[in-house]
Amino acid sequence: MILASTLTTNLAILVLAGFIGFAVISKIPNTLHTPLMSGTNAIHGIVLLGGLLLLALPEVAPLFQLDALSEALLVVAIAFDTINVVGGFLVTDRMLEMFKSKPKPSGDDGAKKVDAKDDGAGGGS
Amino acid sequence: MTALPLATSFLRQESFLDVLYIVAFALFIQGLRGLAGPTTAVRGNRIAAVGMAIAVIATLLHHGEHKWGLILLGIALGVAVGVPAARQVKMTAMPQMVALFNGVGGGAVALISWVEFRRLGSSYGSVTVHSGTVIAFHSAPATYVAIFSVFAAIVGSVSFWGSNIAFGKLQEIIPGRPISFGSAQQVVNLVLLVLALAAGVDLVAGAHSQLLFIGMLVCAALLGNAVVLPIGGADMPVVISMLNAFTGLSAAATGIALNNTAMIVAGMIVGASGSILTNLMAVAMNRSIPAIIAGGFGGGGAVEGASGAGEHAGTVRSTTAADAAIQLAYANRVMIVPGYGMAVAQAQHAVRELTKALEARGVEVAYAIHPVAGRMPGHMNVLLAEADVPYDQLEEMDEANQEFGRTDVSLVIGANDVTNPAAKNTPSSPIYGMPILEVSESHSVIVIKRSMNPGFAGIENELYYEPETTMLFGDAKSAVSEITAELAQL
Repeated sequence: MILASTLTTNLAILVLAGFIGFAVISKIPNTLHTPLMSGTNAIHGIVLLGGLLLLALPEVAPLFQLDALSEALLVVAIAFDTINVVGGFLVTDRMLEMFKSKPKPSGDDGAKKVDAKDDGAGGGS
Repeated sequence: MTALPLATSFLRQESFLDVLYIVAFALFIQGLRGLAGPTTAVRGNRIAAVGMAIAVIATLLHHGEHKWGLILLGIALGVAVGVPAARQVKMTAMPQMVALFNGVGGGAVALISWVEFRRLGSSYGSVTVHSGTVIAFHSAPATYVAIFSVFAAIVGSVSFWGSNIAFGKLQEIIPGRPISFGSAQQVVNLVLLVLALAAGVDLVAGAHSQLLFIGMLVCAALLGNAVVLPIGGADMPVVISMLNAFTGLSAAATGIALNNTAMIVAGMIVGASGSILTNLMAVAMNRSIPAIIAGGFGGGGAVEGASGAGEHAGTVRSTTAADAAIQLAYANRVMIVPGYGMAVAQAQHAVRELTKALEARGVEVAYAIHPVAGRMPGHMNVLLAEADVPYDQLEEMDEANQEFGRTDVSLVIGANDVTNPAAKNTPSSPIYGMPILEVSESHSVIVIKRSMNPGFAGIENELYYEPETTMLFGDAKSAVSEITAELAQL
């Protein structure tokens, strides 16, 4: 019975998260879809938690000792996920900085404003 | 590990960890909301990153007893690869970067599911993990854990291999042209899918064979290859979006198997995001998603179109950079329509220079961006942003289409099919129904193009034969630079 409720709770979370996801993502303009993708890439790096948890479990429950192969697989998985998380957020940040740093209302004198923008970006980050 | 007993004692409480996970996913959602506009987006991304940091640190502190050496090794490897890659990647190479990052994410999901299976081994169906910490034994078999793990393993594996192939194609390690088994393609895909599912069902039903699990992973891996290999380079936006959705869904499934709310929410949101983008790309390319999944899209219809529209009665007028410069200089409003050809020619900075020269003359300039102008959703905007094109000059298709009517000159650079009026006017055309940039609504059109060769879809573009259109033949970058130079002399 406990089991069933865990599953149904999780399924409810899953469904609600799906609706929230659709609602939130629909508001994101086409213009920002590449950063959106690299950003969501970083977010699904959350499976990193799975790798970390599995490496913690043996101490908690010695019954399930990991063998060498499992440990090796987990190291690879953690490396993969770290690439996802760290790389994903960094590259998204890089892209978004390029979009953000355009405060000019009308481009009457591009060259000077490009300089000003670079300073602004440096100060902001 | 026990240096901070006080600080970690409350962290070890199950409910506290759950609360931190809730905080983490709330930050993900809040962060993504920030992506709705360019001014809030940087902050949004950082908010999401903070959420991730909270989830990871909470997990590490919560248990205290990890195999720290292995964890640090994995993280060090990931940082060593991920950070330089993210710092150095060129904006033109962003699609392959995203494909690669997406692939490793899917790979990680598959590996974690595999370890989960190895660990639980013979008792796959009878053990659950609560928030990944407490192993609870239940008399009732937790079949759902097995179902979701198997699902995650299959989808993660498909995503890993599919993304790697997509990466290879975009990076041109693998030929971009479709590689397929021809008419047997769909049968092969179906057989692989059925085999993977059969193995999965067997595992869920209680088969304890490691070999079976590996066989399932192999079938899924082959399926990932078989689905993406037949897809041509220009169809990549759909594929990348779809694989993005797959990885997200597999992460959510892992979350259910490990009973971890943060993973469920984050994975599902990514799944939703990927699905939205897939649908958007499919609509923008005039393809149905079932047809895409069935495999081998991108070839058939286009070939028919090429032969059908091969002979065109109209004449093409070509122009010179000097004439184009005059035309642009005396316009009130110019719309630049960039396509991937512009990015290939690395012409975005030259285009930006031209824009500046026109603006200095008081010409109003905007960019009309078709959703599939690049190699992934939104790619063109990133390329233009890198060239310092202001955000408010980037107009989405619908917005731009309302403005072509009051546009004096549309300058089409390296874009082809997305401007083809046949999509609106010719029901027999393979691209009929595809949303296009209605360039021909503007008073005049200048098309910069290398030659009269049709685009990737192999379809003649009627736009080139219309009376208001002139063609400027040449390499995008040098042609644009020439126009700018001519402008300076006016």
